[in-house]
Amino acid sequence: MATKLKEVDVVVVGLGWTGGILAKELAEAGLKVVALERGKMMSTAQDFGVPQVRDELRYVQRHELMQNAAKDTLTIRNNPTQDALPMRRLGSFLPGEGVGGSGIHWSGHTWRWTDMEFKVRSMYEERYGKAYIPNDMTIQDWGITYAELEPYYEKFERVAAVSGKAGNLRGVIQPGGNPFEAPRANEYALPALTPILSNVMFAEAAGKLGYHPFPRPSANASRPYTNPDGVRFGQCQYCGFCQRFGCEANAKGSPHHTVIPLAMKSPNFELRANSWVTKVIKDPAGKRVTGVTYTNVLNGEEFEQPATMVLLTAYAINNVHLMLLSGIGRAYDPVSQQGVIGKNYCYQTGAGATLFFEGRNFNPFMSAGGSSSTMDDFNTNWDFDRSKHGFIGGYTIGAGFNTSLPIGNRPVPRGTPSWGKEWKAATAKSYQTAMNIGGSGSVMANRYNYFDLDPTYRNAFGQPLMRMTFDYKENEHKMGRHASQMINDIAKSMNPTSFNTATARTEPWTVVPYQSTHNTGGTIMGTNPRQSALNKYLQSWDAHNLFVVGANVFPHNSSYNPTGPIGALAYWTADAIKNQYLKNPGPLVSA
Amino acid sequence: MKNDTFDRRAFLKSAVAGSAAAVTATVALPQTAEAQQRPASPAPPPPNPGYIFLNLEEAAFVEAVVDHMVPADALSPKGTDLGLNVYIDRALAGGWGKGDRLYMQGPWKQGTPSQGYQLPLTPAELYRAGIKAANAHSVKTYGKTFDKITEAQRQEFLVAWQAGKVTFEAGPPARTFFATLYQNVMEGMFSDPIYGGNRDKAGWKMIGFPGVIAVHAQNVEKFRDKKYAPAPMGISDLS
Repeated sequence: MATKLKEVDVVVVGLGWTGGILAKELAEAGLKVVALERGKMMSTAQDFGVPQVRDELRYVQRHELMQNAAKDTLTIRNNPTQDALPMRRLGSFLPGEGVGGSGIHWSGHTWRWTDMEFKVRSMYEERYGKAYIPNDMTIQDWGITYAELEPYYEKFERVAAVSGKAGNLRGVIQPGGNPFEAPRANEYALPALTPILSNVMFAEAAGKLGYHPFPRPSANASRPYTNPDGVRFGQCQYCGFCQRFGCEANAKGSPHHTVIPLAMKSPNFELRANSWVTKVIKDPAGKRVTGVTYTNVLNGEEFEQPATMVLLTAYAINNVHLMLLSGIGRAYDPVSQQGVIGKNYCYQTGAGATLFFEGRNFNPFMSAGGSSSTMDDFNTNWDFDRSKHGFIGGYTIGAGFNTSLPIGNRPVPRGTPSWGKEWKAATAKSYQTAMNIGGSGSVMANRYNYFDLDPTYRNAFGQPLMRMTFDYKENEHKMGRHASQMINDIAKSMNPTSFNTATARTEPWTVVPYQSTHNTGGTIMGTNPRQSALNKYLQSWDAHNLFVVGANVFPHNSSYNPTGPIGALAYWTADAIKNQYLKNPGPLVSA
Repeated sequence: MKNDTFDRRAFLKSAVAGSAAAVTATVALPQTAEAQQRPASPAPPPPNPGYIFLNLEEAAFVEAVVDHMVPADALSPKGTDLGLNVYIDRALAGGWGKGDRLYMQGPWKQGTPSQGYQLPLTPAELYRAGIKAANAHSVKTYGKTFDKITEAQRQEFLVAWQAGKVTFEAGPPARTFFATLYQNVMEGMFSDPIYGGNRDKAGWKMIGFPGVIAVHAQNVEKFRDKKYAPAPMGISDLS
């Protein structure tokens, strides 16, 4: 029998970037906030010190900072005709666990998604006609605009110490930046990172071909920095241990050393780590939620935490899972296309070439998480005519290194044996003389890519696992073919000694190897409750005191990393709660 | 070559455990520039590691595989001299080998390739069953277990195995065991020496990976397109 605790104003479920931002903002606004995090407490001083943190086996291969699949995972299938089976070991994507969440192990890439995403259906219909969008492609407008989010992007970029170069300041194109970005009110918080050799070589080659390379914006502090909240950042040391690792220098913008400690300074805030939320409780009348149930995973004790407001701020997939487990909103059915919870799960795709340059020294171990020269000519460039290639969406192309450690990254020319003296010689020669050019592509929503509850497999609490049904569709194959050709053209123009060509992926999506922890959708935002789970303030259409914040709100996925809009939307939601909801609790948008 | 493992083990069994007295004082500071310019000292003779998990047959198999995949040459000593067998033994004996972080609830089905690992086996159990099956296949094909066949036969076996042309009758899927074994050999070669492999950081030296010292804000411009080759440092060097 669960112990019923005293009601609080706000319960926050999951404490990474979104939970940390909302907890800080709402506690500082005077609300009593309790955060429940299923994982453990972590700090830079205790957990991310040198030399222990420089351990590729522990953090990359063995997933030290990630969700433990033995306790909770998903089942996977490519289409509804298959039996879904559990992802028994994490692979394709790696949700973080513990205080700080995936915000500890991310690389810091921070983008501003534009109206090309937020108005995806209306913009494509207007330019290419309604018939251009395939029937089973369930893309829809998000209900927000870039202009609304712009100040919140800036807020997040300054909190997280994003280094970069503006390409469009109030409508004036800036040399050195991304000319295709939407207008920014101000420059980045910090100047761009120092380019490494592969960045320089790629930028030169792309520029010669008429493209527009720019330094990738990233929450890696290019110099010592104090953010607007007074949090001090060290300078990024280009240590080469970024993605999958905590940063010993606090040079990577992460919630565990920014918003979470600030929330903890407030007497209104209480953090309960090792607290696994199993359900959101619905009010019998069905218009509100009344709190959550959770288990202390250190001793098995069960609690009910009543709350005036519930904020789901766990990893995107886990937010959707909790909605399904709690029976809030109507579950999506791909046959009837009725229901919204679980709808529009999206992922990302990619292609890459490896280039070998005898005699060069790339020093791949000397790189920041964001050491990439990137171009948006086939992405946010709306002038790029997709109709010739038949796809919707776009892809970035970039070159550089991020966490190029030797267990996982030992490029050799195609055809090299996998062991023996010839393998050793090729590995020894190529580690320092190879670079990559990679493309990251969007995935458009599809009727048959979705989440629901698995009928067979259970997690450590006996609850149904989430079931993921996903595959790439013809749209992604077409884009992959175009991306591979463009990448190979750039690679050829660089005249390498040899190169492994990029190829479009057309085989089914697989759970191995690692691909991207950019899982989106499932409880999407939108303009009406028939097509979306949440309104533009990420407020549930079904329970006005429930907000669900994370990449689960994206109605489709772009080629960009998701954390920029996730952080911006967390601040946007915090403002909507503080300035609108508290004055008049109820739906912020009428259905 | 084919008797090498037995000779070495016989030697190791009788060797006095002198390595215990070897100086392993911790190094608290990064090496000076002067120290970095000196050539790395030669690797000490490998101490007798002992095995926690591997039985005699398994140890012989793993030793033969790592010495075949990583032969001695000018670039590095051979696999057992790098401790790759020790790395694998410790990995199998530890949490990873016992299925830590592996979802182990049934029902069990083979699934499609895109559904990943679906065996009802922990990695340690996969090795136990996989080595038996691989040796049975070796005996059937060459008349001897893998550790007793010739270099050329080992190469032929491994090439066919990697290419998916070997099947284990009633055993675990040959492809899955090969992928796990190969990944573990690479982990042993390139992980921090604290895990028992990459002895004397020879794997890192082979490719020029500097290890845990990585404070490059001042180096990133200075060494752009220039060789940066300090003696690599591991976790225990700085602990």
